[in-house]
Amino acid sequence: MDIESLDVEREIGKVGKIICEHDRKKGLLIPILHRIQEDYGYLPGEALERLAKKLDLPLAEIYSVASFYHQFHFTPRGRKIVRICMGTACHVRGAGKLLEALEKHFNVGVGETTEDLAMTLETVGCVGCCGLAPVATVNDEVVGEIGPKKVGELIEMIEEEEGE
Amino acid sequence: MARLKSIEDLKNLRLLLKDETFKEEKERVRVCTGTACMASGAKKVVEDLEKKAEEDGLDVDIVKTGCQGLCQKGPLMKVEPTGYFYQRVRPEDAARIVTNTLEAGYPVRHLLYRDSIMHEPYEMADELPFYKKQYRIALKNNGVVDPNNIEHYIAVGGYSALEKALGSMTPEEILDEVDKANLRGRGGAGFPAGKKWRHTVNSPGDIRLVVANGDEGDPGAFMDRAIMEGDPHSLIEGMLLCARAINAEYGFIYVRHEYPLAVKNLRTAISQAEELGLLGDNILGTDFSFHLDIREGAGAFVCGESTALVASIEGERGFPRPRPPRLSEPGGGLWGYPTNLNNIETYACVPPIIVNGADWFRSIGTENSPGTKVFALTGKVKNTGLVEVPMGTTLREIIFEIGGGIIGDKRFKAVQTGGPSGGCIPERYLDSPVDFDSLRELGSMMGSGGMVVVDEDTCMVDMARYFLSFTQSESCGKCPPCRIGTSQMLDILERIIAGKGADGDIERLEELGRLIQEGSLCGLGQSAPNPVLSTLKYFREEYEEHIYDKYCRAKVCSGLGTYRIEHTECFLCGLCKQACAFGAVRELKDRFFIDQAYCTKCKACYTACPIGAVKIEKVSGAAREERK
Repeated sequence: MDIESLDVEREIGKVGKIICEHDRKKGLLIPILHRIQEDYGYLPGEALERLAKKLDLPLAEIYSVASFYHQFHFTPRGRKIVRICMGTACHVRGAGKLLEALEKHFNVGVGETTEDLAMTLETVGCVGCCGLAPVATVNDEVVGEIGPKKVGELIEMIEEEEGE
Repeated sequence: MARLKSIEDLKNLRLLLKDETFKEEKERVRVCTGTACMASGAKKVVEDLEKKAEEDGLDVDIVKTGCQGLCQKGPLMKVEPTGYFYQRVRPEDAARIVTNTLEAGYPVRHLLYRDSIMHEPYEMADELPFYKKQYRIALKNNGVVDPNNIEHYIAVGGYSALEKALGSMTPEEILDEVDKANLRGRGGAGFPAGKKWRHTVNSPGDIRLVVANGDEGDPGAFMDRAIMEGDPHSLIEGMLLCARAINAEYGFIYVRHEYPLAVKNLRTAISQAEELGLLGDNILGTDFSFHLDIREGAGAFVCGESTALVASIEGERGFPRPRPPRLSEPGGGLWGYPTNLNNIETYACVPPIIVNGADWFRSIGTENSPGTKVFALTGKVKNTGLVEVPMGTTLREIIFEIGGGIIGDKRFKAVQTGGPSGGCIPERYLDSPVDFDSLRELGSMMGSGGMVVVDEDTCMVDMARYFLSFTQSESCGKCPPCRIGTSQMLDILERIIAGKGADGDIERLEELGRLIQEGSLCGLGQSAPNPVLSTLKYFREEYEEHIYDKYCRAKVCSGLGTYRIEHTECFLCGLCKQACAFGAVRELKDRFFIDQAYCTKCKACYTACPIGAVKIEKVSGAAREERK
């Protein structure tokens, strides 16, 4: 995303009419952070500095907002983001064991990335597929009903590199 | 599509679409493409069906609908005009569906739903116990229309409430109707929507805003996601009616970032509605204008709280703030403007109320909680998924008739309602009706509608710890009672689970819980102790067992109880001996036994035993001998 050529007035839309300039810029902050993260996979410091200049907001304020939300990351992340659902239904049906198995196999903890940037392991509150518990997502794909047998399949799926 | 310039235009379009779409005699397959069915492979099923139909030169409507409810048995589909309901459809079944059902009119037997292998299959969806007891208002279009096609929604009567409201009702009359219907907020607290709307409209100032709360963060709840994904236009229409009633020009839908499909479908729906002139300036040629936008969250549970949600849309950290001013008051809402905030399901209930009238709505459900409620039934029940039932349906009906009972016919222990803010309800209250007030009396709450069923294999202390660890990690950290109190409570619970509980822990938990409830700033903290307090109320003996007897009756917590091998059951396979990392399983000539001096109670032998001959008991063998 090209931060410098961002058109604040256009992006905020019609609602911009009823709010002041500072609020318009502030109101776009989270959507723009999402877009930066989509591009880079994380929020690089350099991009945030440019954003601060563009929006006339202190870098500290941007960092304060970004660090509040769990989904913004400040370090590079793996090519595959594996999220294990820790929702109630998944918890009851054994998500803990699944997480343990993956931690052991890839030798990473929750929130960590493997050294070769192949995968990042995370937990998530609930992905809303409780009917299929326990559930994991690999990038945007949802994998459900992961019993002991399907753990192997899941691991294979994670290890499989794209384009192969 | 051409912009509709008047209410008359919309009426004409509907008449036209009614004839064209969903013709009765036409061959049609409605495939569920909700997130859960997609995860089970619905996309491939659709592709294969399309391919096969094309090969055979068959003219079939394949409607990709939103969530049809029975998520566990997905991918689901309904075939028309025969009406057969198929579950667990695999891509390789596509050919047989085309040849057998669409061309010859026979059901594909192995895809029909059966209670068990011994039972006759059900051919039609309404015959299924899962669907029979349901009554759909908020989910009425889910599973019927394609969420990405506004024509479908209009053809089944969509936007007729808007038509009626703009054509023959004043904003005041819309407000009266919602007020009279006594529609209570589906987000959990049950505050009457009409009252809230009236409060917003009575606030001074010209500018007001409408916001929909789609930050469905409760683990175990996904009804709002189903509506946003499967029937986004119902939400948009409900918000339009609210905007008309309270004279608002701008609106936002706040959606969790974890729901990418919901965001995508909502965006499509909004742009289609704008194209048709159902959103934007001068809607249907009237002087009513409404602009709707989506804002995505970024993974903070606390943003489901109204003031935190507003802060998040403004681009701040999602901190709640003290009330008053309430959102509906000047200075309280989004950018300080009076704002009406409701839950997704609440908005989705508004169009049917306007079309059918408040009296119709009041005739469903109970006196003080009219209408229906969608529940996400999950946990250890046979049929998990989304169910919508009239208020006042008993827990037993929901769990045992719709849900089909407990998996493996084990013993029901409790049902957890309302997510991390709610509480557990034990077996003896199974026959109490489910509505806002009766659940509160039982020490739980409706919450957003999550319903997690647990059986005898679930430890209630562990369950309480799970919920508390969730709220503890999601606490925003602004106010100390919630930030410090929840972590203190969690410490105590973890100690109890590890077998290190001490006398007085229960009292400490109760005291802390009360302090957190009274001292916290927002709903998250005020309700965080509920799971602990409600389990303490109904399952106190389990806490006492953990603390005094060092025993977990559900055998979930490791490090508790005394391990013993039952010789009469043991068939000497030796797996327990292999599993034990501490050499505590000893072998004699004719039997195995556990040396208590070496046993660390890690549960390895217990899980290794294929026939359940390793027992975890309350008292040690030596104590038992003594008692004899």
